[in-house]
Amino acid sequence: MNAAKSFSSRLAGWLPRIVVAPSLLVVIVTVYLFILWTGVISFTSSKFVPVYDFVGLEQFVRLWATPRWHTAVANLFIFSALFLVLSTGIGLLMAILLDQNIRSEGLLRAVYLYPMALSFIVTGTAWKWIMNPGLGIQKVVNELGWTGFTFDWITDPNMAIYTVVIAGVWQSSGFAMAIFLAGLRGIDNSVIKAAQIEGASLPLIYRQIIIPMLRPAMLSVIVLLSYIAIKSFDLVLALTNGGPGSATELPSTFMFSATFRRNQMGVGAASAIMMLMTVAAIIIPYLYSELRERNNG
Amino acid sequence: MANALSQQTQIGDALLQKNRMRLGRLFIYCPLAVMAVLYLMPLWVMVVTSLKPLDEIYGGSFIGPPQTVTLDAWRAAWSQACIGTECTGLKPYFVNSLLMVIPAVVLSTGIGAINGYILTKWRFPGANFVFGLLLFGCFLPYQAILIPMARTLGLLGLAGSIPGLIFVHVAYGICFTTLFFRNYFVSLPDELTKAAMVDGAGFFRIFWSVILPTSIPIIVVSCIWQFTQIWNDFLFGVSFTSGGNSPITVALNNIVNVTTGRKQYNVDMAAAMIAAIPTLFVYIVAGRYFVRGLTAGAVKG
Repeated sequence: MNAAKSFSSRLAGWLPRIVVAPSLLVVIVTVYLFILWTGVISFTSSKFVPVYDFVGLEQFVRLWATPRWHTAVANLFIFSALFLVLSTGIGLLMAILLDQNIRSEGLLRAVYLYPMALSFIVTGTAWKWIMNPGLGIQKVVNELGWTGFTFDWITDPNMAIYTVVIAGVWQSSGFAMAIFLAGLRGIDNSVIKAAQIEGASLPLIYRQIIIPMLRPAMLSVIVLLSYIAIKSFDLVLALTNGGPGSATELPSTFMFSATFRRNQMGVGAASAIMMLMTVAAIIIPYLYSELRERNNG
Repeated sequence: MANALSQQTQIGDALLQKNRMRLGRLFIYCPLAVMAVLYLMPLWVMVVTSLKPLDEIYGGSFIGPPQTVTLDAWRAAWSQACIGTECTGLKPYFVNSLLMVIPAVVLSTGIGAINGYILTKWRFPGANFVFGLLLFGCFLPYQAILIPMARTLGLLGLAGSIPGLIFVHVAYGICFTTLFFRNYFVSLPDELTKAAMVDGAGFFRIFWSVILPTSIPIIVVSCIWQFTQIWNDFLFGVSFTSGGNSPITVALNNIVNVTTGRKQYNVDMAAAMIAAIPTLFVYIVAGRYFVRGLTAGAVKG
């Protein structure tokens, strides 16, 4: 009887671990083992289906010798830099303006944030129509009398990537605003009051005191937006489909088309590993610092 | 007299101050209003375009209100538009998305709740490490697992099927839902579970009658977040399904990318609206919870 009791109490002790085990197993397999698997494929000569021969770094060499991949990487830099700067800047500005005891703040906040509820495919479809040179903004401005106005970026290989930036910023700057606003609400009002009594002007208070205090929020915004930028796939596909030509190719769309359209699974896996390493380089230090700070605090 | 004069200048000063305040408010409200218009413009354009007949679209301006309002485009998008060679409209794909999203949301939220409960109230050695492992899953660029997942779904006999998509969304959704529930349960006092334990309640009993009743808000956050993510997903849909089993985002993209014949922009926009309505509806009804899910990604919020 004693043995039975100790067995059941031991079972009770293990129960939490037993319950959490299946999801842990699923995550270990579908995240970590699958990453490893992709890594293995990137070292093989796989084309249409995986084959498990070992060809060393051949696929990575081939990847970096592909002009299309160079376009994709260059576009990623242009896109992420502009996307980050514009979304962060607009988001911060709107958060600060919204924090001034605004009437109907709730309504405005809802308006700025609703694009986040939409699928990137919907966003892409809408903006493709708005920026259509034959029927969209260009036509409206022309008909208003400014006949020389052209806005045909979406069909111009040199400018098409900026249309992706416009649609991306429209979708995601509300997200930056939400995080900044949460950060602003967390700041102790007495600090601001004290500075006001000292005679500091409002812009000065913001520049010198409040924005520096938003550093944690700023870090979150930058990390999360970079993550959105790197994995951006559906937006490009819906807006420009990677075109004109390969003008708006990003690593995410490159990986997809190499793997599923051009039967270059090895190259696709290699490009996926490059993407993963970029994300990991940004996310792991961030998670590490967040978790450590929280354990200390 | 002097007194009256100083009083007058005081009133003048106050008026000046008030005017300056008003001017300041103008500088706050103007950009906010302009931004609001810019944010609403695409939605407005989608709605008005979807209500116009095709001739008016090619003849008129894309931003003006419709001269003649017609629901033809909505009807076509819902039940007639061609996706590939099948001219069924979005209806079957809308159903696919529902069949996918409901089980996936329920399963991932349930599993996340129990994981969060264990990771906070039944901490075992290595619990933090387990949480770290799950957390990185939130930030996984899914391209890094596409090929193995496609192979695995094939091996499991789930390739191209809705149950396969449900499995994928639950597997990666667990990472987010566990994060939500863990961060919520961390702030619940441990005395709550300890008192229940003294009363003789066990692991499941405490979860069911002590923890869950306190966690309605975070359950709503988790459901909304998962619903939005899974409904809006495109990458998994386009990689793991084809033809009649596709979710609505994939079908929408196919409708829009039809290149034959005169482009039916009104049908495109109606289709985009149909794909957007479920998540927009959830956002309008429960926006507060949506924002909480969004900012939970910034781990500290």
